[in-house]
Amino acid sequence: MSTHFIVHDKADTVGVVVVEDVQPGKEVTGWIMETNETITMKALDAVPLGHKIALQDLKAGDTVLKYGHDVGKIVAQVGKGRHVHVHNLKTKRW
Amino acid sequence: MSRYQFFGYRRENGRVGIRNHVVILPLDDLSNAAAEAVANNIKGTLALPHAYGRLQFGEDLDLFFRTLIGMGSNPNVAACVVIGIEPSWTGRIVDGIAKTGKPVAGFAIEGNGDISTIASASRKAKEFMHWASEKQREVCAIEELFISVKCGESDTTSGLASCPTVGSLIDKLDPLGATTCFGETSELTGAEKVCASRAATPEVGKRFMQVFDAYQEVINRHKTSDLSDSQPTRGNIAGGLTTIEEKAFGNLQKIGRKTKYIDVLKPAEAPAKGHGLYYMDTSSAAAECVTLQAAAGFVVHLFPTGQGNVIGNPIEPVIKLTANPMTARTMSEHIDLDVSGILRREMTLDEAGDRLIEVMIRTCNGRLTCAEALGHREFVMTKLYQSA
Repeated sequence: MSTHFIVHDKADTVGVVVVEDVQPGKEVTGWIMETNETITMKALDAVPLGHKIALQDLKAGDTVLKYGHDVGKIVAQVGKGRHVHVHNLKTKRW
Repeated sequence: MSRYQFFGYRRENGRVGIRNHVVILPLDDLSNAAAEAVANNIKGTLALPHAYGRLQFGEDLDLFFRTLIGMGSNPNVAACVVIGIEPSWTGRIVDGIAKTGKPVAGFAIEGNGDISTIASASRKAKEFMHWASEKQREVCAIEELFISVKCGESDTTSGLASCPTVGSLIDKLDPLGATTCFGETSELTGAEKVCASRAATPEVGKRFMQVFDAYQEVINRHKTSDLSDSQPTRGNIAGGLTTIEEKAFGNLQKIGRKTKYIDVLKPAEAPAKGHGLYYMDTSSAAAECVTLQAAAGFVVHLFPTGQGNVIGNPIEPVIKLTANPMTARTMSEHIDLDVSGILRREMTLDEAGDRLIEVMIRTCNGRLTCAEALGHREFVMTKLYQSA
């Protein structure tokens, strides 16, 4: 079974797409590296290789966890299965 | 021979190199033309042209001398000819390199002119080149190897696989006595507390935080929003990285899971606390960082890339690895090791670490890296502030 996205830590709220063909409506399989678990969900956006996919519904102000750590805050609502990037995630720093 | 031994060049001071360059080193920008003419006259020598060396002062001048003397002193350099506009600073570089015991000679242009200087320096370069070309490699141990790491044009595959592959190598080789170095102060932003916790002692962690905080002051003094699109870079963003924090946690994967760093180095400062992992205060710009590490005496570099940074260094071979299957496919001439199999779960991180050790040992034995084959010789000095 192919792995479409990878999640670093169990606590993470985003995963990373590692294939070139994630399109809206596609059933995608993810591998959580920390726990070696497999999860599945439906992609709602085209998400390019290397880009992030939301593992849960996220609302403005939510902290995004990756590597189990704070990597920034949501600035526009994102549904589970949607593309997370510069249009809806920003650093808290600058 | 064990899998951790390699064939290297043992230098006069006991340090081991993996290349055998005769370097023609200009003291300053004005001396580049003469240095390049000498390297053109004498085949098998290598000029290191650069942009600096005039009217620098204070800490910036100290770093300038440390970098040039360090490049000449690097064990990958068999012998060195220094050419400068005037004899005093030329002599300071020569004296610094001479402490290693290797052959070094200086030539000054003022009062002689380029043509006469080029003639005398060429004769000396030819003598050094003949001498160096008869040097033989001998069996060396992993604890004699100085390895530096830095990633570039990172994307999310860097944090998932290529940086952890370097981390696996460090975790495997640290107990065997390798000397290793990471840097990139700016690209630890957001992961700085985790990085501080990876210091071998609280005192070393405190010194790391002092360096990090000093860097924050520079950023706050000059910043525009999002560092003027510099962190993350446009390439990082194209590859899926969104914030500096996300980039930093990926970056930090390069030091492995267990290894602790034993000291904090100034830019281009040689390690002095024995075997182990060192943190060096460097820019995250690839050529600047690798140049500082080469000047500190590191002889082989491991460079994970996501979107495909093509950097090399004139004296320190740069080995590139990627986990991005598109980069491995579209930029294959730049990639020494493809670890994209990790993302397909065809290769474990442990296996990837072993593959990287194998590629590194072959490189140490003499195999040219992609960057060497393609002629990448980015020698870029770090300048701390404007000249006088």
